[in-house]
Amino acid sequence: MRYIPVTCEQREAMLRAVGVSTIDELFSMIPESVRFDSALDLPDGLSEIELDALLRSLAGENEGAADLVSFLGAGCYDHYIPSVVDSVVSKPEFFTAYTPYQPEVSQGTLQAIYEYQSMICQLTGMDVSNASMYDGATAFVEAALMAARITKRHTMLCASTVHPEWQNTLATYADAGTLEIAEFPQVTGGVVNLADVEARLSAGDIGALLVQSPNFFGNFEDLAALGKLAHDAGALFVVAVNPILLGIVEPPSAYGADIVVGEGQPLGNAASYGGPGLGFFACAEKFVRQMPGRVVGRTTDVDGAMAFVLTLSTREQHIRREKATSNICSNHALNALTACVYMAAVGPHGLEGIARAALAKAHYLRDALLATGKFVAPWDAHFGYEFTLAYNGDVAEMHDAMLARGFLAGVSVADVEAEWPTGVADAENLVVFAVTEKRTKEEMDAFVEEVASL
Amino acid sequence: MTEKLANTPGAAPVRGPRNLIFEAGAPESRCVEAPALDVPLTAVDDLLGGRARTTAPALPSVTEIDIMRHYSHLASMNFGVDSGMYPLGSCTMKYNPRVNELACRLPGFAGIHPYQPEETVQGALELMVGLADALAEISGLPGVTLQPAAGAHGELTALMVIRAAHTARGDARKKVIIPDTAHGTNPASVTMCGYETVTILSDEKGQVDVEALKAALDEDVAAFMLTNPNTVGLFDENIVEITEAVHAVGAYAYCDGANLNAILGKARPGDMGFDAMHINLHKTFSTPHGGGGPGAGPICVSEELAGFLPGPLPVEFEDGSFGLGWPEHTIGRVRSFYGNFGVIVRAFAYVRALGGEGLKEVAEQAVLSANYLKCKLEGAFDVPYGRTCMHEFVMSGSRQKREHGVRTLDMAKRLLDYGFHPPTIYFPLLVEEAMMIEPTETEPLAALDAFAEVMLTIADEVARDPELVKAAPYTTPVRRLDEAGAARNPDLRWKPAGE
Repeated sequence: MRYIPVTCEQREAMLRAVGVSTIDELFSMIPESVRFDSALDLPDGLSEIELDALLRSLAGENEGAADLVSFLGAGCYDHYIPSVVDSVVSKPEFFTAYTPYQPEVSQGTLQAIYEYQSMICQLTGMDVSNASMYDGATAFVEAALMAARITKRHTMLCASTVHPEWQNTLATYADAGTLEIAEFPQVTGGVVNLADVEARLSAGDIGALLVQSPNFFGNFEDLAALGKLAHDAGALFVVAVNPILLGIVEPPSAYGADIVVGEGQPLGNAASYGGPGLGFFACAEKFVRQMPGRVVGRTTDVDGAMAFVLTLSTREQHIRREKATSNICSNHALNALTACVYMAAVGPHGLEGIARAALAKAHYLRDALLATGKFVAPWDAHFGYEFTLAYNGDVAEMHDAMLARGFLAGVSVADVEAEWPTGVADAENLVVFAVTEKRTKEEMDAFVEEVASL
Repeated sequence: MTEKLANTPGAAPVRGPRNLIFEAGAPESRCVEAPALDVPLTAVDDLLGGRARTTAPALPSVTEIDIMRHYSHLASMNFGVDSGMYPLGSCTMKYNPRVNELACRLPGFAGIHPYQPEETVQGALELMVGLADALAEISGLPGVTLQPAAGAHGELTALMVIRAAHTARGDARKKVIIPDTAHGTNPASVTMCGYETVTILSDEKGQVDVEALKAALDEDVAAFMLTNPNTVGLFDENIVEITEAVHAVGAYAYCDGANLNAILGKARPGDMGFDAMHINLHKTFSTPHGGGGPGAGPICVSEELAGFLPGPLPVEFEDGSFGLGWPEHTIGRVRSFYGNFGVIVRAFAYVRALGGEGLKEVAEQAVLSANYLKCKLEGAFDVPYGRTCMHEFVMSGSRQKREHGVRTLDMAKRLLDYGFHPPTIYFPLLVEEAMMIEPTETEPLAALDAFAEVMLTIADEVARDPELVKAAPYTTPVRRLDEAGAARNPDLRWKPAGE
């Protein structure tokens, strides 16, 4: 049998040792009325050759970044993945291990996570980082839950420019649990309206102001002003960021962020149809005991050697049960290792170069698209490597036409989520374009030429 | 001496710690750099509206060989399923087939973006529908979402679905009942879903105390969460009476699917009366644990609850094409995009490799291997729930503690010296000095025999030389850690000189 090393003969010997004559005797504790006596209605098993062919055929039905020139972003980005990353991550000692409960034989995972935590703190400017969460959306929600625990205020003020899927995730958790979401502030000029934020903050007991910068449209929010507004109202300031841009953009700590979260996929993780990536989560030291998730600390062993261990676990579900800071158990350790190796591979110099290249290319493409006359700028905001334009025509038709020409022509704002409070006029014409360091001038020029010809 | 050797540049790893990656390389060392700019770049600070970073992040500056040597050394300090037997109870540390690893890295899977038009990702959607259908068949519950990222995330999602179903009837409920054998994630999920946890004690056989459950059930109870087979490795023989009692007060029965490996193709939670369950793809369906994730925790629910599932869900249309759709009364989203697709690909490959018969054999061998080990060990250790076990069993180290002052923790550490990963220890909470052993179906007989022999040797050592066991391990990359110190004075990150 596939993957079962015990032979038929050995199986008979094992049955004898156990003192039963058939396997079914071992299942006799299952009441007869609920035994499943028929065969599962599943396709027959396959040999590895057949399985490999099936999987390649299914994969072959998809057209990915290898086949199409992609300007898709909106939370998942086509950055270059250095070859060294998968070489490390595919080491079986890393990927076939469990959560490092036995630190004496888990120093590899533990030290790598400690290094990951250190790098996330360097990027974000924050004091402490956890070992990772499922994705950016769930990290964002956990930040809101943590802010409620700290401030004892359960109403959250969320910028309407945050990724709509994250807003909806927050809403789902709020519906089921104890959080409330305040009325969303207006959007002005592609960013959240400061006066509106101030009015909402002064109106009620807000636990945290949650913003994303660059926001869903690609625009930088005024973090300095927003941070001050939040703190003046006694609210925490939660900021979601793009980790690549932190190579060239002032970290959120500079604006008084209390909790910083984000989607870590751009750090060396494959797009993989949106998962698994990782959520990174960092905060100020004074809040560390309210932080969700695993944390690795450095200590020594009985011989005085440097060693690493999961720590501060009295926050966690396996100790604290219903009083835990979160229900999270498995995080995304292998994706955190991926991010760690990526950050080591690019270093400060490479990260800056990658961010600068993406920044330059995004600005180049935006100018070129505007010059075609097919697009108009809905606002004049500062952006990173993602920007939003309004298309003079039917976005779906443009997308189809450009797909036929081999391009994924950005994300249609109207397609992302059925309902979300953008507060932005003519949202059905808006398209968000992402341009990573991988896109070449040649690809962009070809794209602009084709779209101009429509 | 060993510490010095371990950090000698160019020397292969030897026992002992390794310096942090931050200490490798030199400021001018480079590994991966950006491509040469092929478009103009004007003043960065102006483009960023005055937000340019003033101090570069102190990431490592290293070359490729520094990275490979560093992480190869770290890998050598890890223990995985590929290193040796890993009988971690309730974690199902089975072998991770390599063809699955190849599959999820195919460009057609790894390189696709979640916002691509559906016509460009038909293979991915077909695969997701295929796995969802298989999980529905295996669980006996027709509604499936593959979105949850882990078991705990699945539990929470299912409780949200249950809450929405009650709310839709105008029936707000306040409590969720769990047995004292429950995983810690169960009560933590209950709290996150805004419910109060009510814990009931197990009976003397390690099962749900049906009378205690009935006494706790009332119209304020939203759900009863049960791991079945349970965390002492037993199939609850009163399962039908239990789910009927739960339904009698209008509550839902939830199955924590952590132990599904034991009953694949032998019994289905839907047939037992469960309304919802989560499945850990990283346990039962062989996807690697990754040192603590990524996993995936799909949930399967009854027809009645299916309309409340989070979206979007992969669907097959009448014309045979595939797309994404939303259930009618959906609770909304529980994460970004559609699930941990890379994990879903591996689980799909596993299901297709084994087929229905193969999955059934998995359960049969997993149960036989656990019973075989139990028989070998029950003379030397107390086994509080002595009847036939399912895929795992719980022993107690209380005899060793009482007679020789050696704790379960000590014996677990001693196992490391013999090259075996210890079982889950001190869980479930109702067994004193618990050792929860799950060999899985993928361990060769020789490994089971060797593990049993080592456990008996350790039992011997406990009697002859308890101090030897109490100071173990001796041969691991590092020895016992100062965990109290780590928590008292947290050192959670490296800091550059001068900070």
